[in-house]
Amino acid sequence: MYSEVSLINDEQVEILLADLLDHYGYDFTGYSRASLKRRIIRLYSLDKALSFAEFRYQINNDPVYFKRFVEQITVNVTEMFRDPVFFKTLRDVVLPKLGTYPFIRIWLAGCSTGEEAYSISIILKELNLLHKSLIYATDLNPVVLEKAAQSMFALSQMKQYSENYIASGGQLDFSSYYTANYSLAKFDDELKRKIIFSTHNLVSDHTFNEFQLILCRNVLIYFDRDLQHKVLQLFDESLQPLGYLALGSKETLDFSPLSKNYKRVPAEKIWRKVS
Amino acid sequence: MKNCEALIIGGSAGSLEVLLRVLPALSPTLSFPVIIVVHRKHGTDSLLPDLLSGKTSLKVKEIEEKEQAMAGTVYIAPSDYHTLIEQNKTFSLDYSEKVNYSRPAIDVTFQTGAEAYRGKLVCMLLSGSNSDGVNGLKSVKAWGGITVIQDPETAQVSYMPAQAALQLKIDYTLSIEDMADFINLLS
Repeated sequence: MYSEVSLINDEQVEILLADLLDHYGYDFTGYSRASLKRRIIRLYSLDKALSFAEFRYQINNDPVYFKRFVEQITVNVTEMFRDPVFFKTLRDVVLPKLGTYPFIRIWLAGCSTGEEAYSISIILKELNLLHKSLIYATDLNPVVLEKAAQSMFALSQMKQYSENYIASGGQLDFSSYYTANYSLAKFDDELKRKIIFSTHNLVSDHTFNEFQLILCRNVLIYFDRDLQHKVLQLFDESLQPLGYLALGSKETLDFSPLSKNYKRVPAEKIWRKVS
Repeated sequence: MKNCEALIIGGSAGSLEVLLRVLPALSPTLSFPVIIVVHRKHGTDSLLPDLLSGKTSLKVKEIEEKEQAMAGTVYIAPSDYHTLIEQNKTFSLDYSEKVNYSRPAIDVTFQTGAEAYRGKLVCMLLSGSNSDGVNGLKSVKAWGGITVIQDPETAQVSYMPAQAALQLKIDYTLSIEDMADFINLLS
């Protein structure tokens, strides 16, 4: 169904955001509004809500629907080895440096359904570093984390992922990492052994460890500048000296006062904490 | 129309040739931003701004997230992200599902632009082979903006502008020759 003028107006969006904070402690008020509003209208239309009042009532009073609401208004589109050149830099530059440490702690913030976590796990395995690494893969949304932990992805995606893998410097047969099971590809349990999937909300939760590498790609684009500052601060507190911070291809540290303490890895959205 | 605050141009197959002809004839002192959303293959990002900046004295740049849209600048939507316009006239990027098999989707920029600029927006839909942008033009219309299409007769691929003409009442239908004058007169 298509409607020329929005099914939900700006004031109603603010009402819903205030409700989420009141009822559930989820704070979306620092999210960029245009995208958030589009997602809310999409869900409203998809679920054929009868009225704003009914839609609002259901979010506030039906915990199952609330879960669906959070899953649907956040963007969970991701893929394995997305931006292959980025993963090539991880493989060739960043991870070999970290490989000299006795133990590598990685935080993947906003991991969604886990495709990047498994991609990193594959590279670590090929670099023979997986045994001494730990990947903390977090997301605010428990529904996507459950999916991520199953290590199963659509078989139809494997051709694309295999191409990405090869473009990122992978030299093995990508299909050796999974078993086809009807329409799904089930990835080896070994890849999952060093991944801890856990909920963490970048807006409201604090630092929980110190890492040598933090990846947070295509998450900050959904935040307004104030929230971006706050989250970058959280990453800075969570990053060891000489650790690396990796952002999405359209995200940057440049606007932040923190940038003076970081040195960029040429040509990539990866920054090293130098002071 | 004299109070134009933004022009958004959407196009797909066959639209690059139009841009290459129109941009050189644009006034260097346009009083509004020109925002271009064209379908193209992921990974060819820097090519389009480079190509177009050689064709105009206006500043041409790829959109950066949270950037403010400024008058006299040509903004190119990056590939593989949707470009949205916020109420405060800054850009947001979004990596959500494709719309009309496209990312960037012209509809997304037209629709969010329509709400941000309302009656002070002009949206122009060029040559292309799918109907992306048509729903967006409906939003533009509903919010009081001006809708323009490339005359399907002059389009390399007429489907996109023809669909727009079929589904709503378009304010202006322009040949390629008339586009630059039309745009310059909005200033």
